[in-house]
Amino acid sequence: MTEATPTRVARRPFLGRIGEVPHVGLVAALVLLAIVGLVTRPENFATSSNLVSILALASTIGVITVGMTFVIIGGGIDLSVGAVMAMSSVWATTLATQSYGPAVMIVCAVLVGTGAGLVNGFLISYGRMVPFIATLAMLVAARGLAQRMSNQRTQLVQQANSAIVELSTTRVLGLPLLVYVFALVVVLGWILLNRTTFGRRTYAVGGNPEAARLAGIDVRRHTMLLYGLSGLCCGIAAVLIMARTTTGSSTHGDLYELDAIAAVIIGGTLLTGGRGTIIGSILGLLIFTVITNLFILNGLNTSDQLIAKGLIIVVAVLMQRRGALTAT
Amino acid sequence: MTQNTGRRGFILGGAVIGAGALVSACTSNEPAVQPSAAAAAATTAAAAGGNDQPGTQVTIGFSAPAADHGWIAAIAKNAEAAAKQYSDVVFKPVEPTNDINQQISAVESLIQAKVDVLVLLPNDGQQLNQVARQAMDAGIPVVNLDRVFPDKLSYRTWIGGDNYGMGVAAGHYIGKTLKEKGVSDPVIVEIQGIATLPLTQDRSKGFEDALKSYGFKVTAKQAAQFTVQSGTEVTANLLQAHKKIDAIWNHDDDQGIGVLAAIKEANRSEFFMVGGAGSANAMREIQSGGSVLAATVTYSPTMASSAIKLARLIAQDKGMSDLTENQVPQSITLASETITKDNVATYLPLGFES
Repeated sequence: MTEATPTRVARRPFLGRIGEVPHVGLVAALVLLAIVGLVTRPENFATSSNLVSILALASTIGVITVGMTFVIIGGGIDLSVGAVMAMSSVWATTLATQSYGPAVMIVCAVLVGTGAGLVNGFLISYGRMVPFIATLAMLVAARGLAQRMSNQRTQLVQQANSAIVELSTTRVLGLPLLVYVFALVVVLGWILLNRTTFGRRTYAVGGNPEAARLAGIDVRRHTMLLYGLSGLCCGIAAVLIMARTTTGSSTHGDLYELDAIAAVIIGGTLLTGGRGTIIGSILGLLIFTVITNLFILNGLNTSDQLIAKGLIIVVAVLMQRRGALTAT
Repeated sequence: MTQNTGRRGFILGGAVIGAGALVSACTSNEPAVQPSAAAAAATTAAAAGGNDQPGTQVTIGFSAPAADHGWIAAIAKNAEAAAKQYSDVVFKPVEPTNDINQQISAVESLIQAKVDVLVLLPNDGQQLNQVARQAMDAGIPVVNLDRVFPDKLSYRTWIGGDNYGMGVAAGHYIGKTLKEKGVSDPVIVEIQGIATLPLTQDRSKGFEDALKSYGFKVTAKQAAQFTVQSGTEVTANLLQAHKKIDAIWNHDDDQGIGVLAAIKEANRSEFFMVGGAGSANAMREIQSGGSVLAATVTYSPTMASSAIKLARLIAQDKGMSDLTENQVPQSITLASETITKDNVATYLPLGFES
């Protein structure tokens, strides 16, 4: 991948992203929310335990959001994330898997997630299915399989495997371990996207697949890997949700796909692909998490939270569109 | 893995049959049976009771929503286990579904198959009302399980739990305990299931009314959608919102696993918690005393076992032997019972696995 190839079109946003402005809007929104929190619940909002709680809440879906960002930048979409996470959590908590101990449970969750992602990728790139359809099929099938495997029951992480739960209960420097897992995934994701050929190819494939193909990128293989990566993230998220809830369940991750996609979109990633950032997605996600936190701190109900989330998606996208129009 | 789930299914099945057996043992006026002896006693007890003697052969059609959590799963298992106890019952379940349309067609197929009696747990009482009415018009008595049909012509007998009563039971337990501790102006937190459901609103109303009789009120309430994950997330936030809590009522033991996980994660223990529904897991927590969970109020899926028994009696034209009437009553509301450390051993066999 040399500089002079047709991927140039796709690379422009990549170069322009350094010190780019979209994040300013997101950070401003977060600051605004923080001010609302400080004004309405001064005694609760800015406490360290509340901030830790917000980060822990964001961790599970945050990991998924990282994978989703890759897929969407690569010009695809993954609707199956919540279901794949549920399936991984169930598979990892069956009695059989649990009998091998926590390490195997973690490996199992990650492998199941990655496997499901690769199946998605295979169907899309080699089976030539539209991503929306292929991952929708996976959404339905993975939930079904999770229900079948668990007999629709909530599977508890056994006492012997409580090492998994310690990811959530053990704190290092005041933060639960799962927040570090989340941070690590974000950092690795950022490096992969911004500092490696894989990342550059992702932008190229999403921006203009035909140009990317002419430039010698194996677009199909790359697309498949992107979905595998998203699946991998779902597997890691499954470990985190097992740690947090002490269970594996087919009901885990309900509507996570929508929250993850919304966070990615708010973060400034184009649904059409070729452009976007991980930092943006994470900020988008934090906005959602802080809103939920603020609503509960103030004793407001879930319906109002949903309305607020809907409004934020619309406002964010409208602002980005204005930004895009004035830029051209 | 499959082998293992199979084995677990077998064990669970055994537990459920045992639970069903215990119910039958109780209805036949035996003295309270010890849990371990229940399963063994069940077959003999069933043979001994007058109404349990084999009668006319009846076919019972059964339709319920697809199991998306432990409670519904237990409903289907209990119904099947209860039917299996009788040599004179042919149990005819249809594929469970969460789709209203499919459930309507499934019930229609049971009507066409001319079953003798129907046990229906509708996805939605309003929307299944019409088809239940068709069954009744076709001369098939309908035993309406839990979610009630609005039209009394649509069912012969209703049996179900008492959501308002559940709230009352939880409210009394919390109210009484706090009064005894001498807490004034307590912080009471309520974690609901799905806030928009009438059953949730009934539970909350009962809770509020019972607390009022002690001069207490609910400080904060949030809905946790009946899922473990949402239970964790909502509770994590609630614990941040209230630095000192005196009592929590969580509507549902399934989501309660998540609620307890969040409490443990936050390392909080200054309050006690009451659960809802009566899962085996919650009962084990109460028994061990290792967490904040002090009690749970029942909404027991054993009602499905009882519904099958009622359906059988209706089809055989018999009454309930403990009552004077010759026919089965038109409606039976189960009491919401409070399970604490003191009586948990009696209830454990009836608890459902979440």
